[in-house]
Amino acid sequence: MYAFDIERPTSIADAVAALAKEDAQALAGGQTLIPTLKQRLAMPSVLVSLSGIAEIRGVCKDDAGLLCIGGGTTHGTVAKEAVAHYPGLAELAAHIGDPAVRNRGTIGGSLANNDPSACYPAAALASGATILTNTREIAADDYFQGMFTTALEEGEIVTEVKFPIPQSSCYMKFEQPASRFALVGVFVAKFADGVKVAVTGASNNGVFRWSEAEAALSSDFSASALEGMSLSADDMIADMHGTAAYRAHLVAVMTRRAVSAAK
Amino acid sequence: MAKVAMTVNGKSVSREVEGRTLLVQFLRDDLRLTGTHVGCDTSQCGACVVHVNGEAVKACTMFALEAEGAEVTTIEAMANEDGSLNVVQQAFQDYHGLQCGFCTPGMVMSATSLLKDNPKPTEQEIRDYLEGNICRCTGYHNIIKAIMAASGQDMPSMAAE
Ligand SMILES: Cc1cc2nc3c(=O)[nH]c(=O)nc-3n(C[C@H](O)[C@H](O)[C@H](O)COP(=O)(O)OP(=O)(O)OC[C@H]3O[C@@H](n4cnc5c(N)ncnc54)[C@H](O)[C@@H]3O)c2cc1C
Ligand code: FES
Ligand code: FES
Repeated sequence: MYAFDIERPTSIADAVAALAKEDAQALAGGQTLIPTLKQRLAMPSVLVSLSGIAEIRGVCKDDAGLLCIGGGTTHGTVAKEAVAHYPGLAELAAHIGDPAVRNRGTIGGSLANNDPSACYPAAALASGATILTNTREIAADDYFQGMFTTALEEGEIVTEVKFPIPQSSCYMKFEQPASRFALVGVFVAKFADGVKVAVTGASNNGVFRWSEAEAALSSDFSASALEGMSLSADDMIADMHGTAAYRAHLVAVMTRRAVSAAK
Repeated sequence: MAKVAMTVNGKSVSREVEGRTLLVQFLRDDLRLTGTHVGCDTSQCGACVVHVNGEAVKACTMFALEAEGAEVTTIEAMANEDGSLNVVQQAFQDYHGLQCGFCTPGMVMSATSLLKDNPKPTEQEIRDYLEGNICRCTGYHNIIKAIMAASGQDMPSMAAE
């Protein structure tokens, strides 16, 4: 790692001020950033740690019935505390990496990073979540802008994520066995006014909604409604773990499984 | 350099460290607590697992400065007060849950976290919990048996035996 300083502000305002410095970068759980720094793929002069900011941690339900999760909340905490409100989301959090990763990694870090194989982006998109930052609110549909790319501006902090709670939902992840990330992951969420299907791990353009499946499932929420439906392999990720055609195939399989298992 | 103070295995310690100093480097190089191992340095293997405020973390993927004010527990504090092996450690010995022993500190720390939250885990729950702890020697069966035994449960008959 190149040398850098660490600052530990205790409020959002102080963190925003610290991030205004040249080459400053936010540090949350470090489960992505520290490996990146070790590879010398990033060269910040200052890391602004968010772990001392109590106001961006925690899980609660607001008056409008939305599940509100602070941007600095760990996957482990979401797995435990969201289970009574939004079991599909808690289940997703409970299967990110391993217990030690879940004790450090945060929802804000995952959404800011927008790894094409990360789990949370699928949940945020399929739930129609809203991402709150220190300056504004961003709808999930506008937030994800391709692999490792989001609507966040330089120095902007994800402070909270608000999830509408579906009637039933399920995340099906086909794990890449070495990294435990999603080779393909599909989040299906059934709301009173329709079904949303978001796919991670598959596309070169990052997380996306499968609108054809959404339409079919909105009129008939059953795996058979998807029979014969397939996605084009154009733009799918191809690597040593799977071809583009294999991933396209997996998306359909995982979507059917998610619909059958949704609760 | 910046000053960091924390409690490690019940003792208050304080040192000057660089921003980039990892918790595992702080434990091993500054405090000479070399029981915590570094197997991969890429967050994969779990040989470096310690407890920070009671939770298992990979000490190779946390900065020492982030442990300011924290209670850190390493394998060095796991034995009983009289120096004998604790229940989990003894079970690893009794059930041959180690061969070279490189992964063992991390395995014991992870197993201890698991048993704290879930005192009677099933075989599958143990396997799931140890997802981030890699062992190159044992083939895992004996580690699972040791943790089963440490939790006072009968050993399952396992596949591939
Ligand atoms: C072994 C292993 C297995 C994993 N498996 C999975 C998996 O199965 N699925 C999965 O989805 N992920 C997985 N991960 C990634 C993990 O979920 C990370 O915790 C997460 O992607 C990043 O969160 P973090 O809090 O650690 O962020 P950091 O690593 O600290 O930061 C990541 C990036 O986000 C920025 N950032 C952090 N927080 C904020 C914020 N609040 N606002 C704005 N920017 C911010 C940082 O500046 C940095 O650029 C795995 C990681 C490891 C090490
Ligand atoms: S050394 Fe930390 S996970 Fe391998
Ligand atoms: S006993 Fe050798 S790595 Fe586990």
